[in-house]
Amino acid sequence: MGKFNKKKKGDLPAISTASLPDIVFMLLFFFMVATVMRQNTLMIENNLPFADQVEKLDKKDLVMYIYAGKPSENYKQYGTTTKIQLNDKFADVSEIAAFIAAERASKREELVPFLTTALKVDSEANMGIIMDVKQELRKVNALKINYTTKKGKVTN
Amino acid sequence: MAKRAAPEVNAGSMADIAFLLLIFFLVTTTIETDSGINRKLPPIDDSEAKPPVIKQKNIFTVLLNGKDQLLVEDELMELKDLRQAAIEFLDNGGDGSCSYCNGKKDPSSSDNPDKAIISLKNERETTYKTYIAVQNELVAAYNTLRNKRAQSLYGKSFQEMEADYKDVNWPGNKERLKEQIEKIKLEYPQKLSEVQ
Repeated sequence: MGKFNKKKKGDLPAISTASLPDIVFMLLFFFMVATVMRQNTLMIENNLPFADQVEKLDKKDLVMYIYAGKPSENYKQYGTTTKIQLNDKFADVSEIAAFIAAERASKREELVPFLTTALKVDSEANMGIIMDVKQELRKVNALKINYTTKKGKVTN
Repeated sequence: MAKRAAPEVNAGSMADIAFLLLIFFLVTTTIETDSGINRKLPPIDDSEAKPPVIKQKNIFTVLLNGKDQLLVEDELMELKDLRQAAIEFLDNGGDGSCSYCNGKKDPSSSDNPDKAIISLKNERETTYKTYIAVQNELVAAYNTLRNKRAQSLYGKSFQEMEADYKDVNWPGNKERLKEQIEKIKLEYPQKLSEVQ
């Protein structure tokens, strides 16, 4: 009666992987919803400091980003001092005025007074460059600023 | 001939496709940080007008040197004590004109929260991290006082009031809430000046 002995005894049935796609899709949707596409390619280290008295920046489209920090591993040839990054390239302090003007020009006129400048600065940066940036922003009358920080306990 | 069932599509590679998409999204996106400390820079003043004279006792000087040391009112201080010191200074009410202050009414400290000014000075070598930590503590001092005041007047904290004001689904009277927020802001105005 060989016909009935095909199944070997003690063989574990294979684990069904039919629900694996569902799990992965779930992860995929989570990441699609919770994240945004990278706007700028960062050429600097950008390890933001922590603070706990933070306010949320609500109008995303009315924010101008200024990055500062040390050039990251791939851009070592630009030195190790803190640099400013505007859009996708390194910039000098004097270029901030033009950057702000360009950002303002790209927004509708009635929204210009609500523009906020978000300073995304590496926690190891020196205040010197930030003071220059702030002075430059005052010159072009972009007075609303936001020191972007991570939410968390202040470590010092 | 019996009716044959349609053969099942092999979904074994579905997981691979999904993984591919997942990894693509993981690489190209970031979880954006969109919160921080809001500040307003002072406009550049070209006029030659003399700045108003401010009594020394109404100024709370905070100095950050290049070695990230904190000097408050000419004394070395740890960061953790700054918040309390700032609260005591702001809430002092030295000349008795502040009916809602709970401070010690020390005549050698600030007269009134309206007159009290915190002056923050940093050097070029100060690290950003420390600067933010100090800013955070000073904002926290204001927030603590405002929360306390809001709690005693309206039974909820100032931050809750502001959150309610921003919340479109909040059912209460927004105009009254705005008035209340303004009142508290007026009682404890944020006068934080930065020396350039």
